[in-house]
Amino acid sequence: MRKPFAITLDPGSSLANHTGSWRTLRPEYLDRLPPCNNACPAGENIQAWLFHAESGDYEAAWRSLVQNNPMPAVMGRVCYHPCESSCNRAQLDSSVGINSVEQFLGDEALKRGWKFDPPAAPTGKKVLVVGAGPSGLSAAYHLARLGHQVAIHEAGPMAGGMMRFGIPAYRLPRDVLDGEVKRILDMGVELKLDAKVDDVLVTQKAGGFDAVFLAVGAHIAKRAYIPANEAAKIMDAVQVLRGMEGDAKPLLGRRVVVYGGGNTAIDVARTAKRLGAEEAMIVYRRTREKMPAHDFEVQDAIEEGVLIKWLSTIKEAGEGAITVEKMELDEKGVPQPTGEFEELKADSVVMALGQDVDLSLLDRVPGMQIEGGVVTVGPNMMTSHPGIFAGGDMVPAERTVTVAIGHGKKAARHIDAWLRGEAHDPGPKHELAEFAKLNTWYYSDASKTVRPMLDMQKRITSFDEVVMALDETTALFEARRCLSCGNCFECDNCYGVCPDNAVIKLGPGNRFRFNYDYCKGCGVCAAECPCGAIRMVPEEI
Amino acid sequence: MSFQPIKFYQTGTFTVGNRLLPDNERSVQSTVRRTNSLNSGHRACQGCGEALGARYAIDAAMEATEGQLIAANATGCLEVFSTPYPETSWQIPWIHSLFGNTAAVATGIAAAMRVKGRSEVRVVAQGGDGGTTDIGFGCLSGMFERNDDVLYICYDNGGYMNTGVQRSSATPPAARTATTAAVGPTPGNVFGQGKDLPLIAMAHGIPYVATAIVSELRDLEAKVRRAMEFRGARYLHILVPCPLGWGHDSSLTIRMARLAHETGIFPVFEAEGGEVTGVSRIRRQVPVEEYLKPQKRYAHLFSPKPREDVIRRIQEAADRNIRKYRLLEEA
Repeated sequence: MRKPFAITLDPGSSLANHTGSWRTLRPEYLDRLPPCNNACPAGENIQAWLFHAESGDYEAAWRSLVQNNPMPAVMGRVCYHPCESSCNRAQLDSSVGINSVEQFLGDEALKRGWKFDPPAAPTGKKVLVVGAGPSGLSAAYHLARLGHQVAIHEAGPMAGGMMRFGIPAYRLPRDVLDGEVKRILDMGVELKLDAKVDDVLVTQKAGGFDAVFLAVGAHIAKRAYIPANEAAKIMDAVQVLRGMEGDAKPLLGRRVVVYGGGNTAIDVARTAKRLGAEEAMIVYRRTREKMPAHDFEVQDAIEEGVLIKWLSTIKEAGEGAITVEKMELDEKGVPQPTGEFEELKADSVVMALGQDVDLSLLDRVPGMQIEGGVVTVGPNMMTSHPGIFAGGDMVPAERTVTVAIGHGKKAARHIDAWLRGEAHDPGPKHELAEFAKLNTWYYSDASKTVRPMLDMQKRITSFDEVVMALDETTALFEARRCLSCGNCFECDNCYGVCPDNAVIKLGPGNRFRFNYDYCKGCGVCAAECPCGAIRMVPEEI
Repeated sequence: MSFQPIKFYQTGTFTVGNRLLPDNERSVQSTVRRTNSLNSGHRACQGCGEALGARYAIDAAMEATEGQLIAANATGCLEVFSTPYPETSWQIPWIHSLFGNTAAVATGIAAAMRVKGRSEVRVVAQGGDGGTTDIGFGCLSGMFERNDDVLYICYDNGGYMNTGVQRSSATPPAARTATTAAVGPTPGNVFGQGKDLPLIAMAHGIPYVATAIVSELRDLEAKVRRAMEFRGARYLHILVPCPLGWGHDSSLTIRMARLAHETGIFPVFEAEGGEVTGVSRIRRQVPVEEYLKPQKRYAHLFSPKPREDVIRRIQEAADRNIRKYRLLEEA
């Protein structure tokens, strides 16, 4: 072939030059565990459902959410959202309002009548769930999804457990609870009400159940000895809150004293206020910092006019009045009596000192291990009796609705494996996506949207819901504040910033791939990945 | 500002792409249809800012001209690493000129296209800061003065990098190069009078002049697009960090460009007919130390004895830019 003067070679492409051979560090895509997911007691994949919500596909978001938690509308109201406490965005401006988006999705599902995906093919196995509280309902849902036949035996007259008999309606409207319970029952879960199980082995045998999940909750109020004369009116918190579900509301009088410092004490005091008490006062033996109740609940109660008497214990209850003793904290933070007494007017005293579990149904189960009033379970949620699993408030754990729902899911997965003679292996966890792994330059400035609150007059005179939902646009805004910590959200940064075109874009939903033939290992992609989904690892040389 | 930034949508227009944006609001670089004008296999150093800047700019120009583009390229890093005979990384018609005459060569191409009646074919000239501010300055000024229909793009990495990091008239004060050693009472490059080429270009009164950085892709692409809306001489000056010459880690290329902007050291603005029409404002202002410290060319300012006096002079220059271009004011 003739070539121009001094030219001996045809022009070729630089693609012949595989610059990948220069590399000493290799970029790798990875998924890290976002802190919200890590903190969620119900094991929700929060980031995954926010991802769908960000693009406005709320149904996909809800479907992704209910893979782990069947009650988002309840969760969006009563969960204490440890996800938000651990959210990386809090270090940027303020945490993502995960709880409010969850509420929005839950409400949207109820409004639009979205149903769960149909369960897997029947397995022919029968599972008994004792107790229709959050843990029992969650277990029933997950077992039904897996194709098992589930029957719930509930001692009470209605399903919901502590969600109904412990949480006041101004925090969780009953139509929301009923809607989410019904959706679970619609999957073919059988619910027997007023069916207290006295001996679990007898009930199991009679019904031919292959496995049992116990979730009876903690309904017996703890007592503290207080000398009281006969005219003193002393009740317990469980009694009061349960009484709210019946026709005859509890009669508490004009001045109500609540004894205790947990969330239940707050619930009772706020309920008393709504029942018309002029004065609702919480008596607690330590300080606000030491109070087990969540700070925002304390704040809401104080806003509604609930009074709190810190560093005080009740010594005596009489007719229309009680005597309290002032306490002071010693160096270890333990309250010590001071010998100073004070008389307070009180028409009734409500004890909110925590609850115990009624474990009588296990009396005749041989070898059942019980410690400190709760049932011992293994990491697979199984008690010391094979085939009997337990969760919720009756096992050692933090007593919240979210923990209970998490137990239900976890137990269901282990029960499913156990019924097949296998062990459930959730696989290793990804490494945590800490704030330092992010390049936050890329996120737009956007501060949190706060859910509107009911006005004060309505708050203290009715049981209407206090915290109101976000509307569509604000929920969408809130979802889009997610930083997607540790997991690719397809921002195209790696694809764009590579000086060597060594990133291959695979199209929507399929993320990217490195072209190691040309990647020189400069590390720009890893440095500029907003969410920390790329790491550099030494190349084997 | 040359484009309307999208405020929220999670990352808005800060990231290269954004799955939440409609297709017509996405950047050229986020699409799979981008030309990849400067293809893989080129021999630029790891993390080369110039390779990145050139692909950003030429891909955007290809998009704006619907592929009707010819480039003239001065000798320099970009030419050396992209076209070692007989290979080329360019996926566009591309002509290598001498070191100093690329503006004149581009003028010639534009004239040829005009004579052939091919007015839709647009011409880009590109070179480094050496080929632009030093060696090619005469030809460039002539191109401006005649208002030839060429977009000239200068990739400024502050020195003659591929020949071993020698000083150019674009090397910043106090920076160490092979010819401005970090010795004596005033180590590194002298605090001269500077040679601000964007301002010199504006003084010619040409239709469009802009500066850009590789850390602000959307801004860069919008400026190329805007430049292509004009006929006549246009000038785009892109700051491109150089891991080799600046002595920073190869992964910090984009970060260095961002810091040059956020400190005020490199003002990002655009001008039409000699008047500034828009500036890219500082989002999170940082002191110049943050920009200087990761670069080994400034290491002598921090050890063995911190040279606070020198750092203060650099900070003063940055503050002057901030005042002059109003880099901190709200839009």
